[in-house]
Amino acid sequence: MVETAQMSERENILARIREALVIPAPKSGHKPKAVSQEVEKDYAAFLPAVGTSFEEHQKQFELNAVDLKAGFHLLENASEVGATLAKIGDSEGWKKVASHRGALTLPVCEALGLATLFVDDTYDPDEMEGCDAGITECDALVAQTGSVLVTSRSAGGRALSVLPPHHIVLARRNQMVADLPAAFALLKHKYGTDFPSMISFITGPSRTGDIERILVLGAHGPKKLTILCH
Amino acid sequence: MNAIAHQFKDQATRVTSDLRHRELIQTALGKYSIKRDEKIALFKDWQGARQKASEIKWNAVNHLDEYLVEFTSKLEARGTIVHWASTAGHAREIITGIVKAKNASSVIKSKSMTSEEIHLNDALEKEGVEVVESDLGEFIVQLRHEAPYHIVFPAMHLTRGDISELFTRELKSAPTSSPEELTMIARRVLRQKYVRADVGITGANFAIAETGMISITENEGNARLTAALPKVMITLIGIEKVLPKLEDLALFLPMLATVGAGQAISGYNTLYGGPRQKGEADGPEEFHVVLMDNQRTALLADAEQRDALHCIRCGACLNVCPIYRNVGGHTYGTTYCGPIGAVITPHLRGLKDWKHLSYASSLCGGCTEACPVKINLHHHLLQTRRNSGSKNPVWWQKIAFKLFAPVANGRFLWAMVTRLGRVGQMFHPLVKGTRLDPAYAWTKTREVPKIAPQSFKEWWRQRK
Repeated sequence: MVETAQMSERENILARIREALVIPAPKSGHKPKAVSQEVEKDYAAFLPAVGTSFEEHQKQFELNAVDLKAGFHLLENASEVGATLAKIGDSEGWKKVASHRGALTLPVCEALGLATLFVDDTYDPDEMEGCDAGITECDALVAQTGSVLVTSRSAGGRALSVLPPHHIVLARRNQMVADLPAAFALLKHKYGTDFPSMISFITGPSRTGDIERILVLGAHGPKKLTILCH
Repeated sequence: MNAIAHQFKDQATRVTSDLRHRELIQTALGKYSIKRDEKIALFKDWQGARQKASEIKWNAVNHLDEYLVEFTSKLEARGTIVHWASTAGHAREIITGIVKAKNASSVIKSKSMTSEEIHLNDALEKEGVEVVESDLGEFIVQLRHEAPYHIVFPAMHLTRGDISELFTRELKSAPTSSPEELTMIARRVLRQKYVRADVGITGANFAIAETGMISITENEGNARLTAALPKVMITLIGIEKVLPKLEDLALFLPMLATVGAGQAISGYNTLYGGPRQKGEADGPEEFHVVLMDNQRTALLADAEQRDALHCIRCGACLNVCPIYRNVGGHTYGTTYCGPIGAVITPHLRGLKDWKHLSYASSLCGGCTEACPVKINLHHHLLQTRRNSGSKNPVWWQKIAFKLFAPVANGRFLWAMVTRLGRVGQMFHPLVKGTRLDPAYAWTKTREVPKIAPQSFKEWWRQRK
């Protein structure tokens, strides 16, 4: 019964849409007969400019990170990543971290030597809430916007990158992409049609301007975001 | 004039002369406009981007049936339960039905104007369910039992002092004048709610047909948490939100952030394509998407104004509107305020009751220029005036225009009336601004323009 009611709601709405669309609408923004030049162009032709080399991308990403109050460290190798992370952990007095078992995260977390909550099987949200940092991998870094692209498959599910107060991202240099169109192309290439259930572009630490338009970091998500790239 | 229009006028008169309110709005929107212009300047071709965005939306809205079928079949293929709702009532029934079936006692919500449109919170509370708004601005207005003031900045009309007082009263926190401390108070309270909530309810900014995903834009991370911790996730979305391709977001996400908040891109832009999948660490076991019509098809049927469905709810037209900036968000008495609200509300809730909003415009065109998807807003306001005039003519206006037409069209009558007017104006100071003044509606707040001492024709003749 519920099934059929739902089916008819669907058909009702679609029927109303089809009926409404019988009369064509004028195209907005230009004269009816003029042909728009914009339709043919790629999105990159409109968006903010980014360079072509890794150095330019890295510089652009770093500028964005500073602007967004995120940390960005370009490091030489995995052991430098471990050392930098240990230093951050020391200065913030970390006792426990949360992470997932990934090729980059696992060795780094083991080397860190702190109590670690791995989310891969199941975990208790209350326990994650008590962790000082969430350490994840990512799918890409986007130079144009300073964004970190994570998914529920690549970065330990949905909560790990937002629940702990400090989000640490471990990335490789070859994960840097120029712009948003490149990031979406990468997603399609990497996952085909089998997408993870969540895909998120994280740009800077959690923020709000809801009180007198004054910027405050750490509204609900992490107060800090640090990207360690090697 | 009907009661709703009366209320609008009274409220507008009151708010426009509220100096504290003016200062708050001017400061907030002043900061916004500087940031917005900075970010627009970063685009290689902002005007081209607007044109492209409007073409994409045109295509999406004018093939809405096809894209909705694609969107929902892709979503369902990955385990999402899709519901269709013709009216606000249906949507409320569906959502309260899911919440009750799960025996849920608490719901956490992230910002959704569509849920405001159907008064979802009231419906859930009537069922005995605790509903908590998690977006900071929404949380604040919820504590005040108010509607959001602005579609992007819900608590724009409040000072930190107001908010501190509110938190002290409602949350028993210590008073503070620091926005940061206030934010942390809300964070602490809401963290507890997240971990306990049985159901998470979100809105969505876009529905991607190609991949069957919804896209949510936010800065705080509250929608991320809403979609991560509760066992059931429900997303309420208007049928017009579709975008054909995944990569369309490469254009729409930065444009939305630029004109919405003066950011290059918002803090979190997240796509959800289903419930927790095999091998994923967390996420809801059930994911429901409720697609709602609620008179959107009525707007769709008006080909002339159909492009109003291109709206991405960025709030840019509100921010530049001289009327919005003076009368404020609550005066409109609608879910969607400002120019876009004035255009769509007559379609969503009836022309007769809401036509007055189309007169709450100076027709300056600032909204049309600000709109990232090129909705022809100020022309639509004119069309609404035309439509309401032809559908519900006002008898005295008809007579007035009948009399005015021969005067304005005839050389002789016109000359006579202006001459009489000049004489009349000499005596005007005696009654100006008082109730006896025939032009009182105008003169109570403004100066009357003086009729020129001679007409152009007279001047031309003299010059020769």
